[in-house]
Amino acid sequence: MYGKKVRLRIIFVISILTTIILSVYIVLKLLEDDVVYFKSPTEIKQSSESITKKIRVGGMVKKNSITVDNQKVLFIITDFKNEINVIFVGTVPNLFQEEKGVVAEGVLEDRNLFIADKILAKHDENYMPPEVKKSLEQK
Amino acid sequence: MILSNIGFLSLLFGLISSFIVFLCTVLNIKKNSLNLEKKIYKFLTLQFFFVIIGFFILLYSFLISDFSNETVYNNSHSTKPVFYKVTGLWGNHEGSLLLWLLVLTSFMLFFFLSSKNEPKNFRLYTVIFHQIIVIGFFIFVLKTSNPFDILFPIPSEGLGLNPILQDPALAIHPPILYVGYVGTSIIFASALAAMVTGYVNNIWAKNLKKWVLISWTFLTGGILLGSIWAYYELGWGGFWFWDPVENISLMPWLSLTALLHCISTLEKRDLLKNWSIILSIVTFMLSVTGTFLVRSGILNSVHTFANDPSRGIYILIFLFVIIFVSFIIFLIFESKNLENKKEIFFLSKETSVLINNWFMIYFLSVVLIGTVYPIFLDVITSEKISVGPPFYHKLLIPFLVPFFLFMSVGPSMSWIKTNLKFKISYVYYFLFTLILTIITIYFLSQKDILIKILIFSLVFLTIKTIVNFLKKNTNHAQNLSHLGFAMLMLSILFNAVTSTETIKNIKVGESFISKNDKITFEEIKTNEKKNYSSIIGTFEIKNVNDKIIKLYPEIRIYNQPVIATSEAAIKTTLFKDRFITINLIKDEQLFNVRYQNKPFMIWIWISTLIIIFGGAFAIFNKKKNYS
Repeated sequence: MYGKKVRLRIIFVISILTTIILSVYIVLKLLEDDVVYFKSPTEIKQSSESITKKIRVGGMVKKNSITVDNQKVLFIITDFKNEINVIFVGTVPNLFQEEKGVVAEGVLEDRNLFIADKILAKHDENYMPPEVKKSLEQK
Repeated sequence: MILSNIGFLSLLFGLISSFIVFLCTVLNIKKNSLNLEKKIYKFLTLQFFFVIIGFFILLYSFLISDFSNETVYNNSHSTKPVFYKVTGLWGNHEGSLLLWLLVLTSFMLFFFLSSKNEPKNFRLYTVIFHQIIVIGFFIFVLKTSNPFDILFPIPSEGLGLNPILQDPALAIHPPILYVGYVGTSIIFASALAAMVTGYVNNIWAKNLKKWVLISWTFLTGGILLGSIWAYYELGWGGFWFWDPVENISLMPWLSLTALLHCISTLEKRDLLKNWSIILSIVTFMLSVTGTFLVRSGILNSVHTFANDPSRGIYILIFLFVIIFVSFIIFLIFESKNLENKKEIFFLSKETSVLINNWFMIYFLSVVLIGTVYPIFLDVITSEKISVGPPFYHKLLIPFLVPFFLFMSVGPSMSWIKTNLKFKISYVYYFLFTLILTIITIYFLSQKDILIKILIFSLVFLTIKTIVNFLKKNTNHAQNLSHLGFAMLMLSILFNAVTSTETIKNIKVGESFISKNDKITFEEIKTNEKKNYSSIIGTFEIKNVNDKIIKLYPEIRIYNQPVIATSEAAIKTTLFKDRFITINLIKDEQLFNVRYQNKPFMIWIWISTLIIIFGGAFAIFNKKKNYS
């Protein structure tokens, strides 16, 4: 029906298209596994299913909540409505202080305990992560 | 105050000169007048002159701490060291855009002077397209980010520069990076002009290559400086975090690298015309998109100064205009630059360039998706996510193996057709690589199969590249950069698999063990400086061979603005870096101490420097008659 050249070209175009679609699909699938969602303490309390994936929790460090020992730092993240206990092992950024904004990354042990492996560095003492700002404003 | 007015006026005159150049060129391009070029030259010089005046006025205002100028007030302080008063100029949004304009106009002038041998119409069209960009940026500066806004009453003291920006590496990072970014504007304008005038051929490619090399070399340098800074100033002990702001400098780098290979093919074989044009346009788009993402405040980082949505919207509109214009021009004039009907033989340099480009585009797409997807998701579903290193590692690392292998053999291919004959030397290469790989794996005691394969392909790449140096009639610039790249990848790999770290909260006098080292927190001192006071810890590191090293990490508390920063203490040797940072937690006696052992760290910087040398060598090397 078609010439050999035309057929070759059609096969070429189709194979390119399928490769592109397939690779975009794989990329997005992978993205699904590796993205880290941001939650506020209230969202964690209210979530119906338990969250097992790595997440970020943001809010304010509660007043008088930081305790330190040789291995770890304990503190409480609050959004003034709900709060969550955090156990953290690692380097604290310079601007990690009580009553300042904080974002911690890690996994949930249960709804009241968060095991953080990273506290995100802030560069400015007046800086509030947009996520935290938003979730605090919603209150 | 009067100074700021002069500065503003001089920028305004600069804009007017741009309009004159633009209109003059557009109206007279069909006429064959000799005066036109002289006129353009005059006004380009004038435009550059006005920007220079503006730049020096701002510089002077910073030096004398003229706080009637809002930019100076916001970003400087009278107690700041002179060096940081100067660099404070581009440590902020307004000033950095003025620097951008300065580079932009000086490049245009430089292009106009250095392209005298090229067709007249091509030059004029390049001027037109480039002036569109210049005008766009002039209006952007004057309308949304005027560096000469006046404050009244005059404040007695400024707000100071963010201390983490007060750093030598970061001080020269913006100018270097900007030369790289802005260089792509010439590539872009020149590509469109070549399209319109039907000049997309090997001569154009030969001349453009110079600009590609300049942009590429400086961009590499800018990224290197940023990485070095992140390494010792942010205190995380890493050099690349897949942070969106890093990614947006990597994306133009990837497309520039693709263009650099592709333009050689156009130069030697008159092939891949459309592809070169597309890459030229894409590279510039990525540079502007980067500016948009950073300036709009969508991405949060040290680069985000004051966020102002109107700036983001302006750049977004500007970006769309440019995309639209280039798309239309591409469609209309594509037929003017027909692709040569040459078959590409599968074993040839052309094929290797294509393979390189496919890889570059793949890497670029991954980085692009990882960077942009969270923004889209936020806009559409207001779900906040972040894409971390695992995503990039999963998608990029497996593809590095074939990439390295192709990179090993690509440069040895000849143009048109390579006659592949079996040589006994291939067996030697293979065996040699295998032995070296086994030795390396033994020393690293690696179990991971992917890392083993990576090491094998990298060792092969390194050997092949070194052998290329010995060949006759070889491209040393290319060999240097390729060798630098191979070394960079090796150092990163070794560094990644052998780094160790220990984090402890300890008091003065206590000590802890990290692998083979015993770290003792000996004492603590305080120190007062003009613009900061600091707490300096003394640490003794004793390794198994009883060798003792002292390190002095610092916590600095700057007075203007009041910000605490950690200054890492790093002991660099050829084989490893020892890296210590300390932090106060809650004013208690416990210090948060992070000790890292990072092998081959210095080789990451050295090999990137070799890549840059390769680029510089290619720029200055006059004879380019390589096979």
